[in-house]
Amino acid sequence: MGHLVTRRASDMDITFLLNGDPVSLTDVSPTTTLLDWLRESRGLTGTKEGCNEGDCGACTVMITDAEGSRSLNGCILFLPQIAGKHVTTVEGIAGPDGTLHPVQQAMVDHHGSQCGFCTPGFVVSMACAHLNGATDHDVQLAGNLCRCTGYAPIIRAADAAADAPVPAHLLSLAKTLPGGPEAAPPKSPTDTQGAPSVCVPDSADALAEWYAAHPNATLIAGATDVGLWVTKQFRDLGDIAFLNQCADLRGISEDDTALHIGAMTNLNVVEAAIAQRHPSFAAMIRRYGSVQVRNAATLGGNIANGSPIGDSPPALIALGAQLHLRQGDARRKIALEDFFISYGQQDRRPGEFVEAISIPKGPDTLRCYKLSKRFDQDISAVCGCLALDLDGPTITAARLAYGGMAGTPMRAGQAEAALVGHPFTEDTMRASMAAMAQDFTPLSDMRASASYRLKTAQNMLLRYLHDMAGDLTDVQQVTA
Amino acid sequence: MSVTKPLPHDAAPLHVTGAARYVDDIPTPSGTLHLAFGTSAAAAGRLVGLTLDHVRAAPGVLDVLTADDLEHDADTSPSNHDEPLLCTGDIHFVGQPLFLVIATSHLNARYAARVGEPEIIKSKPILSIEDALAADARFEDGPRIYQKGDAVAGLKEAVQTLSGSITMGGQEHFYLEGQAALALPQDNGDMVVHSSTQHPTEIQHKVAHALGKPMHAVRVETRRMGGGFGGKESQGNALAVACAIAAARTGRPCKMRYDRDDDMIITGKRHDFRIDYTVGFDDDGRLSALDVTHYTRCGWSMDLSLPVADRAMLHSDNAYHLDDIRITSHRLRTNMCSATAYRGFGGPQGMLGIERVMDHVAQHLGRDPLDVRRANYYADVVQQRAAGAAIDNRPIPDTGADNASRGADPAPTQYRRDTDVAPTRQTTPYHQPVTDCIINAMTDRLMGSSSYEERRALIADWNMAQPVLKRGIALTPVKFGISFTLTHLNQAGALVHVYQDGSIHLNHGGTEMGQGLFQKVAQVAASRFGVPLEMVKITATDTGKVPNTSATAASSGSDLNGMAVQNACDEIRTRITDHLAERHQTRDITFLDGKVLIGNEEITFARAAASAYENRISLSATGYYKTPEIEWDRIAGKGRPFFYFAYGVACTEVVIDTLTGENRILRTDILHDAGASLNPALDIGQIEGGYVQGAGWLTTEELVWDADGVLKTHAPSTYKIPACSDRPDVFNVALWDQENPAQTVYRSKAVGEPPFMLGISAFMALSDAIAACGPAFGDVQAPATAEEVLRAIARTRS
Repeated sequence: MGHLVTRRASDMDITFLLNGDPVSLTDVSPTTTLLDWLRESRGLTGTKEGCNEGDCGACTVMITDAEGSRSLNGCILFLPQIAGKHVTTVEGIAGPDGTLHPVQQAMVDHHGSQCGFCTPGFVVSMACAHLNGATDHDVQLAGNLCRCTGYAPIIRAADAAADAPVPAHLLSLAKTLPGGPEAAPPKSPTDTQGAPSVCVPDSADALAEWYAAHPNATLIAGATDVGLWVTKQFRDLGDIAFLNQCADLRGISEDDTALHIGAMTNLNVVEAAIAQRHPSFAAMIRRYGSVQVRNAATLGGNIANGSPIGDSPPALIALGAQLHLRQGDARRKIALEDFFISYGQQDRRPGEFVEAISIPKGPDTLRCYKLSKRFDQDISAVCGCLALDLDGPTITAARLAYGGMAGTPMRAGQAEAALVGHPFTEDTMRASMAAMAQDFTPLSDMRASASYRLKTAQNMLLRYLHDMAGDLTDVQQVTA
Repeated sequence: MSVTKPLPHDAAPLHVTGAARYVDDIPTPSGTLHLAFGTSAAAAGRLVGLTLDHVRAAPGVLDVLTADDLEHDADTSPSNHDEPLLCTGDIHFVGQPLFLVIATSHLNARYAARVGEPEIIKSKPILSIEDALAADARFEDGPRIYQKGDAVAGLKEAVQTLSGSITMGGQEHFYLEGQAALALPQDNGDMVVHSSTQHPTEIQHKVAHALGKPMHAVRVETRRMGGGFGGKESQGNALAVACAIAAARTGRPCKMRYDRDDDMIITGKRHDFRIDYTVGFDDDGRLSALDVTHYTRCGWSMDLSLPVADRAMLHSDNAYHLDDIRITSHRLRTNMCSATAYRGFGGPQGMLGIERVMDHVAQHLGRDPLDVRRANYYADVVQQRAAGAAIDNRPIPDTGADNASRGADPAPTQYRRDTDVAPTRQTTPYHQPVTDCIINAMTDRLMGSSSYEERRALIADWNMAQPVLKRGIALTPVKFGISFTLTHLNQAGALVHVYQDGSIHLNHGGTEMGQGLFQKVAQVAASRFGVPLEMVKITATDTGKVPNTSATAASSGSDLNGMAVQNACDEIRTRITDHLAERHQTRDITFLDGKVLIGNEEITFARAAASAYENRISLSATGYYKTPEIEWDRIAGKGRPFFYFAYGVACTEVVIDTLTGENRILRTDILHDAGASLNPALDIGQIEGGYVQGAGWLTTEELVWDADGVLKTHAPSTYKIPACSDRPDVFNVALWDQENPAQTVYRSKAVGEPPFMLGISAFMALSDAIAACGPAFGDVQAPATAEEVLRAIARTRS
């Protein structure tokens, strides 16, 4: 097994590069956010706090490692997560001689800033996109809120800068990475005096061993959810394991029967991997959080946190996905839908963690319908993922999985039963819609009323019918 | 000349590099303390006990203050002295500050603020309009009523009548920079306060009061805000006052900033409204009478609710001439955060009311709503400048006349003699003649440039062919009154220094919240001296430099401060001119391109300044301006509250999904009147941003309170302002670019608020798309979330 880096909560050493300068921190609390450290300890105030929950993007930073450069929200990024990486803040986007980056110059020239408070975050997101050659600006900037400009001049700036070369100092970032935290001396996993321990395992095996010994610990994958426990709820996390060094939990492989996705694979990678196979699922993932969130959030985290409104479980359930769980050396495989028992309760034993997800191969009949108040970066009111198998005109199998309709992601069993064996027609859909009223008793909350949830969950069957008939059903497909 | 140039925001290079400092970015002296409020979780009741042991024992806590600890009366209200800094017994809303934590860090203060143990005897909160009416919980004695003609008689005589009602939600400002203040104690107990505020003088006034000091003991500085939108007109008072009190007590600098959730829970928002109407009209949709009633939830304290509700009444006509109209306004007291100023200040709500009436009448008659709108427009009155009254403030030649006094005390001008120019005595419901209307010409031009009629026909065909999606289009007008309705606020001051090297220090009472005010005013100063803009140093708003300022609000920033600066510059320029005239024995003196042309000679502006200095000529001046011609009786509802009107038209096309209510803006065309623009780039920025913010108010931005008065949408995870992809795919914005007939600075017009209401076109386009779904009136309410759109679609089929 790999070795452990285990420290007491008050006793972490972290090394990284900041705008080209090496930084070695000792005695930092493992739940110090990068944003707080930049502003309060380092005095770098260009990175802003807008919401402290990863929704506004004012704190966006560029993180570079062997996998490349990407944008992340500094407000919910804990210092141990950046160990061994290169952090570029807005202060490091311009050249060493002060020459503005093309996106900075374009933002000035095209009046892309008004109050200027969101601007550093936009500039960093734009610089990341520019570096990576991404020109789908609406997607790239969905995680940056601006209240002044109405976005139009920012998009004009992004367009104007798109063809400019990437400045040399940003191209060379990945070549100058420091050593990771494994460079620091390891300590015993068992801490003295009952103080909470912090573990940075470097493999699934190491995690399994440590977690079995610390079954009440908090596992931190991307911290897009746990981050808020800290910044908003001041929750004491107890024992903590940061999983970002577990390379073997990351990655995608396939065999004849299924696609296997490591639990720590972030959602942007998942999206790219399934784009060909399940385009509707991939399109929904593009609306999941934002680029910054998807660069951090993992597929395993999205499942393991048990949220009734996570968007990937309904899609995965509709695809018949299997969940691979591990406890110590014991492994088991369950249908994903069986993992969710009730609100806040999953079929996960103490010390057991999600190791992987596998999606069976088959023809793609999946359609994912995400309903939220805002198109981008919004939590679903209802997320319906529908897959019907047809034999000629007859429906032979139906998987209708929904988020937002119950305390867990859930299949609509009655509605499915009303479909199977019947012709794929509007009458059948309407019969299934009526049956669905027996499946769900949704809640009313700030996102939607119970009646809207049920009505639209039902209407998604009609949308599926129209979709398959080739009718226009998506307001995003329409242009003026 | 600088004015009229589309220059970038003065701080743009600082914005893009992260070098622009906001309050929380100012380096603080060591020992700076941090504050947080412990707040009420109940909406109404009595605070009968407050156990603070855990708070005091929390890490890094130095002190905890309650109302009993305050030496002086600490009130944070901008109006009615009804907002004690800390609870004095009565619980008014969820989020009300109960105690103040003083700690060594922001996180320590925030943590400690959560562990107080208040004992509250809860009572039933007043939350809804109905609750408040039943309890007669209101500000002022009863409803305010403005009227013109006789609405009751008019309705009786009307060919047809309709009644209806529209609710419209409030709106969270969501300035990206939350509220923040930093207080630095000085000698003799004086205080310097850095505040993210639109109103430094208000901060100075409230801090001085809370410290038991005269105003001269407090100096407030504001370099910039990370957005304001009205949310920093009064809502920063509590933080500044808390910091000053704690700083005075501890002798150490104190800083306070709200976490986003706290900010959204504690501070006020746009007023929500319900507007009921009964309208009389003929078969062509020409309105003959209107009886309209506003109900607004003001929250727990008065704050700025009276002028907000007044302005809503004053925009009940929007661009429409109405003979018989009655407007009744109920200002209701509820157990919620106190609604406050927000871009448009009631105007958007009043305007949405009448636009809804137009839409309802049109749909009832089966007509294009634009036909009904145009049938009711005020007549255009394009004023021609009187002969011989060419604008003197365009070119710079200086005749030695005393320019400085002209704006400061203007005589009635020949430009607006209502009796001369108005073809009819068309007046607003508050009896102000409308003499500058251009809305018909603007509408004609936008109809052409947006291909309105062709697209309406194409959309109708498309809708017939589509089983699931429907499109809609709407073109709506804006006429917005410019001036503070509290007449005495329409004044401004400036302080200008010219140094002996010709560089210029510029200061005025306006604040910079992103709108580009500082740049516009600097362009005015550079133009007055005929120097490049780089010669003008923009400086932070400072109550020690310019006293007794009004809030930067009501779109008045450049109108008021631009004129005050112009007057200060002209005072100095006149002194320099007089000096040079005497020396060179000519009055042919012109300031141009950094030079001063004196007869056939030419010297640099720097040399002219040095020469004036060497000859003991003062190169420093204050400037002052007050808006002429306005007078207003807000009780009678009569007078001339507005110096002029700003106009705009917007055409929006949308698409909706009849299965889910999801919707999207496809295209927006805007023509907006900024007068002769001081800076077209900044003005277009205000228009684009205002439109998207206005559309957000009426679509995705939904504030939800639960039955206990708890705000459930208190973070961007649940409160959805427009994101990047929500802007229109096609977004064409043009300036009308015609001089303001009123004598404003370089004949420009105010542009901060008016474009916000162009967003109403998005809502009306949704209504149009909904109308394509069924025969009945959709009666769509605001905000038109996907859920509301789906409900409205169902109504059309019921």
